[in-house]
Amino acid sequence: MASTAKSNVKVGGGPALAASTVVITSAPAATVTPTAEQGQRRDARPAVPSVLASGGALYGAIVPMLLIVLWEVVARLGIFSPIVLPPPSAVMNRWIISAMPSPVASIAADGTLGWLLSGELLHDSAASLSRVVVGFVVGAGLALPLGLVMGASENIYRLMNPLIQVLRPIPPIAYIPLSIVWFGLGNPPAIFLIALGAFFPVLMNTIAGVRQVDGIYIRAARNLGAGQWALFTRVILPAATPYILAGIRIGIGTAFIVVIVAEMIAVNNGLGYRILEAREYMWSDKIIAGMITIGLLGLMIDIGVSRLNDWLLRWHRGLDQ
Amino acid sequence: MDGLIVVAGVDKVFTSTDREVVALKGIDLTIPRGQFVCLLGPSGCGKSTLLNAMAGFQLPTQGRISVSGREVTMPGPERGMVFQEYALFPWMTVGDNVAFGLELKSLPRRDIDTRVDALLKTLGLSDFKGRYPKDLSGGMRQRVAIARVLAIDSPILLMDEPFGALDALTRRTLQDELIRIWAEFRKTIVFVTHSIEEAIYLADRIVVMTFRPGTIKRDITVDLARPRDTSAPEFNALKRELTTLVMEEQARFSAAELASAAID
Repeated sequence: MASTAKSNVKVGGGPALAASTVVITSAPAATVTPTAEQGQRRDARPAVPSVLASGGALYGAIVPMLLIVLWEVVARLGIFSPIVLPPPSAVMNRWIISAMPSPVASIAADGTLGWLLSGELLHDSAASLSRVVVGFVVGAGLALPLGLVMGASENIYRLMNPLIQVLRPIPPIAYIPLSIVWFGLGNPPAIFLIALGAFFPVLMNTIAGVRQVDGIYIRAARNLGAGQWALFTRVILPAATPYILAGIRIGIGTAFIVVIVAEMIAVNNGLGYRILEAREYMWSDKIIAGMITIGLLGLMIDIGVSRLNDWLLRWHRGLDQ
Repeated sequence: MDGLIVVAGVDKVFTSTDREVVALKGIDLTIPRGQFVCLLGPSGCGKSTLLNAMAGFQLPTQGRISVSGREVTMPGPERGMVFQEYALFPWMTVGDNVAFGLELKSLPRRDIDTRVDALLKTLGLSDFKGRYPKDLSGGMRQRVAIARVLAIDSPILLMDEPFGALDALTRRTLQDELIRIWAEFRKTIVFVTHSIEEAIYLADRIVVMTFRPGTIKRDITVDLARPRDTSAPEFNALKRELTTLVMEEQARFSAAELASAAID
């Protein structure tokens, strides 16, 4: 890489300086100039296909792809039993079968019941996703207004904060027995747990967002004639949006974690339930297929939230400014 | 009597857990309508405190400030403020920032748009109406801040070292524009600065303030015709006189800085 600072400046003494050309020479020892040979070698290297290059669309897929190849190789070598580590090809197989809408007649040696259900994977994904969405909306729907109020009012903050800080460290999982007692079985306890999981991240970030609004915006707005309501909706809320959105992203992530756990306990469909069932039958490939599905769903949701983030925050001075 | 500012016997004391800071003491000042007044002094002379009190962000500990006969108790659009840090709302475009005060008054959309476009044109911002503050230079941002305050038609403009963060050339350009706007719209302007040259260049009247506690050291009328020539002998005579006064206070500021363990 050429790093010679070759400015066209010359060292001169005396009268030459008056001619307003000042010079720095590059220290030869510290820099590396490419030799003709190196230059040739560099040109001869084949170009990386643009889609795989750093800015390309599939750049993010390189590491997962390599991992899958490694996984297949290790699994095929037979170091682990197929129950402990099924090869990706088996996972893929099971995944496709459970995703297919039409029932598949043949039954494999391990008796996959899922084959007889049409589009099982799709049903499960839809069930889990809908629980995440409903639970998240409930949790965030409660956390946002409370967070706004707690952030804006020191009194209310001091009133509510001790309770919040006591409840916050308790993981939703700990509420499982209680949630079944309170809400029965089926969706309601699951929704409750998910809402709980989403609640605290959204709350804490919203409070932080409101509190960090620079006082000068408040002064400027009041100076221009803003009343309390206008101050809140047109200044504090937009200024807090970056933080609120960060809280939402985290909250959705937590909701995903909780939904899988909740489904293992209280319901009879959904990806979490299916994974638990597969465990009972030792269908490791199905377990992994389920896990990958969860991961992909999470990725899709995150992309969606990220897009929303970028659009809402297009005014924000980012790291590249 | 519109835009008449009366500061009567104002003291301002800031108390914290371990000390008391007397920022202002016994300030008596009457500013007639349409006058361009500069508050001049070093750091710690209370000039910004006085401006904030006029704006209504702080209330005096003693005495009162009244505008058009009514006591100042809170901020309001008849005393528009321009801050050194611009304070533009980053989530709003240039156009929305300027329109903000008008929208608060619930004016019809068309009137708002007409007024905003006219102001943007006056300040040379027409091409930037849809841009966000993050895309603008310091000078541009300050223009938007000025336009935003002009939009609400405040008879009084309070300006807290508005050009302090700008380079000297941009500063001169904006100073000239400010004079032009002042002459055209006949505003009463109270302008805080620590720059002697800026004060003489802009103001009808310069109020030199003492270092803590802030009092009025000298109240000088500047009779020079505008546009003012910074190299003219009268300009520089006044500059010499003011420099002596201000540097006396600056010396007290430096001494206080060195004497105390830490300054807030």
